[in-house]
Amino acid sequence: MAEKKVGSRREFLGKASALRVKMVILGSSGVGKSSLALRFSKDEFKNSSPTVGCAYLTQVVCLHDVTLRFEIWDTAGQEKYHSVTPLYYRGAHAALVVYDISKRESFVRAQLWLRELEKHYIPGETVVGLVGNKTDLPNIRQVSLQEGQSLAESKGLVFMETSAKSGEQTSELLLNIAHRVNQRTMDKDRDLTEWREAECVELYQGNRPHPLTACCPIGP
Amino acid sequence: MEEEHQDREQPEIVRCSEPQSHCSPDDTDSLKAAATITLDNTSPAEQGCGTEDPPPCKLDALQEISSTNGPSEPEPEPEPEPEPQPQPQPQGPGGEGPLEASSDQGKVGAGEENGPSEPEGPAVEDDQPENASDSASTDNTLEDSSEFVVTVLARGSLEDQGEGPSSELSEASSPAQAPAPSHRDEDVTAESWRRHRKHVFVLSEAGKPIYSRYGNEEALSSTMGVMMALVSFVQSGDNTIRSIYSGEHGTDEHTVVFMQQGPLVLVSVSCSRQSEQQLRSELLYVYNQIVSMLTQASINRIFERKKNYDLRRLLAGSEKILDGLLNLVDSDPSFLLSAVHCLPLASSLRDSLSQILQKAITPNLVFSILIAKNQLLTIVQEKTVIEDARLEPADLHLLLNLIGASSAFQAGEIWTPICLPLFNPDCYFYAYISYLDPPDCTVCLLLLSTDKEAFYAVADCKRKIDEGMRTQNALRAIAKAQSYSASQVGVSDLRHFMYKPFDVPDNHRQLTQFTSPEMEAPYSSEEERTRLLDLYRYMHSRIHSNSRPLKLIYHVAERETLLAWVTSKFELYTCFSPLVTKASAINAITKLLRWIKKEEDRLFIRNPPKYSTTPNPSKSSRGGKGGPDRQDTTDNGFLSLL
Ligand SMILES: Nc1nc2c(ncn2[C@@H]2O[C@H](COP(=O)(O)OP(=O)(O)OP(=O)(O)O)[C@@H](O)[C@H]2O)c(=O)[nH]1
Ligand SMILES: [Mg+2]
Repeated sequence: MAEKKVGSRREFLGKASALRVKMVILGSSGVGKSSLALRFSKDEFKNSSPTVGCAYLTQVVCLHDVTLRFEIWDTAGQEKYHSVTPLYYRGAHAALVVYDISKRESFVRAQLWLRELEKHYIPGETVVGLVGNKTDLPNIRQVSLQEGQSLAESKGLVFMETSAKSGEQTSELLLNIAHRVNQRTMDKDRDLTEWREAECVELYQGNRPHPLTACCPIGP
Repeated sequence: MEEEHQDREQPEIVRCSEPQSHCSPDDTDSLKAAATITLDNTSPAEQGCGTEDPPPCKLDALQEISSTNGPSEPEPEPEPEPEPQPQPQPQGPGGEGPLEASSDQGKVGAGEENGPSEPEGPAVEDDQPENASDSASTDNTLEDSSEFVVTVLARGSLEDQGEGPSSELSEASSPAQAPAPSHRDEDVTAESWRRHRKHVFVLSEAGKPIYSRYGNEEALSSTMGVMMALVSFVQSGDNTIRSIYSGEHGTDEHTVVFMQQGPLVLVSVSCSRQSEQQLRSELLYVYNQIVSMLTQASINRIFERKKNYDLRRLLAGSEKILDGLLNLVDSDPSFLLSAVHCLPLASSLRDSLSQILQKAITPNLVFSILIAKNQLLTIVQEKTVIEDARLEPADLHLLLNLIGASSAFQAGEIWTPICLPLFNPDCYFYAYISYLDPPDCTVCLLLLSTDKEAFYAVADCKRKIDEGMRTQNALRAIAKAQSYSASQVGVSDLRHFMYKPFDVPDNHRQLTQFTSPEMEAPYSSEEERTRLLDLYRYMHSRIHSNSRPLKLIYHVAERETLLAWVTSKFELYTCFSPLVTKASAINAITKLLRWIKKEEDRLFIRNPPKYSTTPNPSKSSRGGKGGPDRQDTTDNGFLSLL
């Protein structure tokens, strides 16, 4: 799946190589971070237990000129782990801050997470996405689309509403982030040094073709 | 001294004797309706509770209970001289150790852990069902312990929620042991709530509810308030409540055990007829499971800063882990025996698994553990670390419970801080947890590192282990491994046994293990299994009784005959069909011991393998970088988010 020709600026990577993208997922407990991560990595949905510490999963995304290997750090939302989350989000290229559209409190919490990230991330370096999850529950929605949108706009963030359960907008979200990460590193050539070359590109367990690995031609 | 320590496997040595009449399942009528509060008059400071200023005593609450329960009927319980309760963290490596143990907690010298001396010579007891022989040992005089007989029935403290006690508490009412059912929504005023065999509550010193095994802690806050009132009333007199007994002619006997650990108070309300000592050690497991998630240092710090902090904020989502622990404690004898159960494996297979783990190392890796079916396959340990402090079975039990209680570990690779409370209650290790056989998820790999940044290096070890397992086809071999049946021993009438050796080679640093066959007919139903475990618990309480420990007990119960025997080499519990005679039972045990000897390479991890991941041991193990992460990040963002 990595046979796609790579962009000229990165030809040195060779055919079987990919660039590593560290992406962290943050948000209150129960908003669906692990469910989103499972969608990203295996395109599945199943009921999950609260995460302990942090779960690490990977997924390869092929853009038209480059292959990105997402290393997803799915953090635990439980408060007892807050003291250790910096360990996981440090040095991330992308961060998703997730809330549950049916729980206002999780939206408030998301804003606290964004503030926390602002303290640690240099603006323009990290792609930050705000994600309203559980759109399959419109009847009990507590946070409107507009609210999420305007918060994201005010901070210049990627915004998306998703349903990890139905899969709605989840691959779009990952692709969107992938493009932006790619864009940002292209813009700043120096950044490339920080990208270490992965030895092998491998789908995290699973032989099943994944929608995202089918080297989709969508490009900016 | 270490030798001796092995003989006393209770994580906490309790000096108060349990009333003997209370722990005999066959002897229910001997206890009159009375409640006794047993006090331990060591100062809280000596117990490491750190309560310089005990909360004001709430006399009103106490008087209220007194008046609802009528006059007391004092019935002194036997009580040997109390001694200061040892700290729950025994073997702290001290400031020198690999862990840079914080020394703010006063540590009690290891010498004090050995508890009361064993009586000389073997004590043998024939324990027939009819003779209430238990009452024999009640002549102990009270020395410097104060005994405080209060007008409080144990049920009194529960009674603020509903009416009188249930009249009949049959075995059938024991809780279902389905894996971690949620009891959070239970109606705490309902009769069914009251009938649970064992309640466990955790509250803060300020009386704030933290955890209740059944029902929502919030709904129980008044009950917890009463408990706290009792605790603080007694504390104000430099005493600490240890336990309350109540009962009405055997129909509704409850034992209430209180335990204070730092700023937390743990309470067990049980009609399981277990000894106080056993209930206490179970509460200690609960406390340690909480510590494993938060560390003792941070719990203490939080409450130092804010006495009425609501700890549920930090435990949110972890109730399931505590529920799961209590279900395991009730159903898995590992906890009773404080020993680890290994899955029987051909020693060649176990050795090759160990070698695979031994080869996949990285700096600061300290333990590599393989688990299947909630049992240990093998464990490889870092040399220098294990020289400083051994891995206690209790720490492993807490880890196994954590992994078993949650499906979270089936999602990818987990990297999480985790504290091993007996190893060091104040520090975190970082645990890499991943199943080796997705999506089945039966064989779990656990790699513990002292370096929180080591994820990629440790994950790399996992790839090597995967590779090694694949080339040796080890997963398939593990899948075939299974426990054994008592009939394989070839001794008629032998139904079941539990054998815990003390003489494992290598040395005392070896992990304490035990072996036991599957529970088979007639112990195949949940109910019967519980009944057998209750019998074992009873035997265990007699063997480990502080006032009158026994070496050998032959107990003829209604539907089976049990024989328990402890020597300097092993502790053994056996269960026979009721037809067995004493002579044939002893003969059977000889055969059993011979069989175990023959099979021991398969039943136990015989030569616990080691590796060295600290190239410069003097540096990394002794207070250098190698120590687990002191929770130095607590202040940074811990509570800043709200
Ligand atoms: N209806 C609906 N339920 C969802 C969706 N995503 C997740 N859930 C459910 O929400 C619950 C929590 O989901 P998780 O993915 O475990 O939440 P989390 O954010 O990872 O939680 P922590 O690991 O504790 O931080 C589970 O019961 C999921 O099944 C969604 O899009 N729609
Ligand atoms: Mg999660």
